[in-house]
Amino acid sequence: MAEQDWKTSKRTFAAVSLPTLFWVVVFFLLPMAIVWLYSFGENRGLTEIEFSGTLDNYKRATEWLYLTIFGKSFAVAALVTLICLIIGFPVAMAITFASEKWRPWLLLGIMLPFWTNLLIRTYALMMLLGTQGFANKGMGALWEGTSWIKTLVGLQPLPTWEPVQLLFNNFAVVFGLVYVHLPFMVLPLYAALDRLDRSLIEASLDLGAGHFRTIMRIVVPLAAPGIIAGVMITLIPALGAYLTPDLMGGTDSQMIANVIERQFKKANDWPFGAALSFLLIYAMFVLIAIQSMRKKVPEVR
Amino acid sequence: MALFTRTPVAPLEYSRTLWMRLWVGAVMVFLYAPLVVLMIFSFNDSKRNVVWRGFTTKYYEKALGNDQLVEALINSLTIAALATLASLVLGTLAAVLLWRFRFPWKGAIDGTISLPIIVPEICLGVAFLMFFAAVGWPTDLVWPFNLGAITIAHITFCFPFVTMVVRSRLASFNREQEEAAKDLGASEGQVFRDVLIPHIKPALVAGALLAFTLSLDDFVITYFTSGPDTITFPVKVYSMVRFSVTPEVNAASTLLIILTVILTFIALKAQGVKAIAETH
Repeated sequence: MAEQDWKTSKRTFAAVSLPTLFWVVVFFLLPMAIVWLYSFGENRGLTEIEFSGTLDNYKRATEWLYLTIFGKSFAVAALVTLICLIIGFPVAMAITFASEKWRPWLLLGIMLPFWTNLLIRTYALMMLLGTQGFANKGMGALWEGTSWIKTLVGLQPLPTWEPVQLLFNNFAVVFGLVYVHLPFMVLPLYAALDRLDRSLIEASLDLGAGHFRTIMRIVVPLAAPGIIAGVMITLIPALGAYLTPDLMGGTDSQMIANVIERQFKKANDWPFGAALSFLLIYAMFVLIAIQSMRKKVPEVR
Repeated sequence: MALFTRTPVAPLEYSRTLWMRLWVGAVMVFLYAPLVVLMIFSFNDSKRNVVWRGFTTKYYEKALGNDQLVEALINSLTIAALATLASLVLGTLAAVLLWRFRFPWKGAIDGTISLPIIVPEICLGVAFLMFFAAVGWPTDLVWPFNLGAITIAHITFCFPFVTMVVRSRLASFNREQEEAAKDLGASEGQVFRDVLIPHIKPALVAGALLAFTLSLDDFVITYFTSGPDTITFPVKVYSMVRFSVTPEVNAASTLLIILTVILTFIALKAQGVKAIAETH
């Protein structure tokens, strides 16, 4: 039985469709439409906003300062996605080819952090990376050890260890985003690899290709849809990240979400914030359009 | 490698090679070490939270005695429970709608329903801030009605996830079962209750878990929607982290982590690890 035409049972169709449609229209499309309208408005006085149809907010958003912030957000999100892919791919491979007994537990190991509160995870990382945190203490201990070994062989000891600033800079933002988004990457990769026909890998190995070559030439092309899904699932939230750059970044590591927040909480320039929000949404649409275009291109192989 | 394996490693047993084990082990340490340290230091008898000064549970007493924190946690759990219930209903209806019927504008409606997943949190937060300001939503209601705005916002971003999970489960439903039930005299409602719901039950459990955690987890959208007097757990923890790093935050966080683990294990007991894993 194929899909049923809605006219054949109008009552059921209405019962199923109306609550959802109502919710989506009133509590999603309407709020988005308000943001869209505001983005063409101007501030008149402290709370009054006039919808004058001006494009000034968009003009201001294309000023050099905001373009660099957009560019930087893209660069950070792309870097985070790449690092997650490099770290996550072997993990997904290991889970796929793990024994029946181990696989669910490895999956659970990846999923549990995904279910843990984002704020708590960011806070935990901040504790470790602080100047007094364990990351610095560990490096300090290594440094002391090296220094001690050098004196043993009769060389000058190293200068005393100075704690490194690991928090409140761009490094911390990338590190924090990788930490938060890694499970997002591993799960779709695993889903794709799990569906792979293993005999193809075996054939490749039998025919004399090495493991690395088999992975690059057989596994990666076949798992491409899953890799792209993982990339999108990581890239999109990383691009709109607010909490990590806010808590772990320095004054120069703001991303676009932090600038948007400032328009609403401090600068009180709602129309400009609305314009920035919509530019970010358009950027997401472009990313998704690119992804769906790639799907339609037939495999050249 | 001989240390680890008794039988020789077959070519496809990637997870039995040494470097793979080291890699996975390192990733697990990376994912869990910060959380474990956080939990251990919640028992630390020191205000500054960097050096271990002995075991104490006083920060748990302090956290549980902090009225604002407890209120925030109760608010968060209430919102999450309400949002989960509503998302389950809306999400399942949307999934059934898209799976069962052919109707005009289907592609557009399908896209719009999954849009809240794609729209960045910050934009959704901003949209709700403007929406509730524009409709003049009252901010001085009594509990639990003061949570209404936040709950509405949470339902909007949670239910598409339920739709996604339920829809992928519905794809494996054999429509002949439905026909058979109808031939045997079942009404639409009975088919829904006795045939369809039992089939999608694992997806409902997974979807409920997903919605509950997403709601409990959300900071950004809540930050924009909450009035001056309504606080939720993430918003409260955020302000605590901003202004000071104390073992009290660790204690509160540890309690929430334990709650997450318990919820996960309840779901696993109900459905088994594999069923939950596969719906993701």
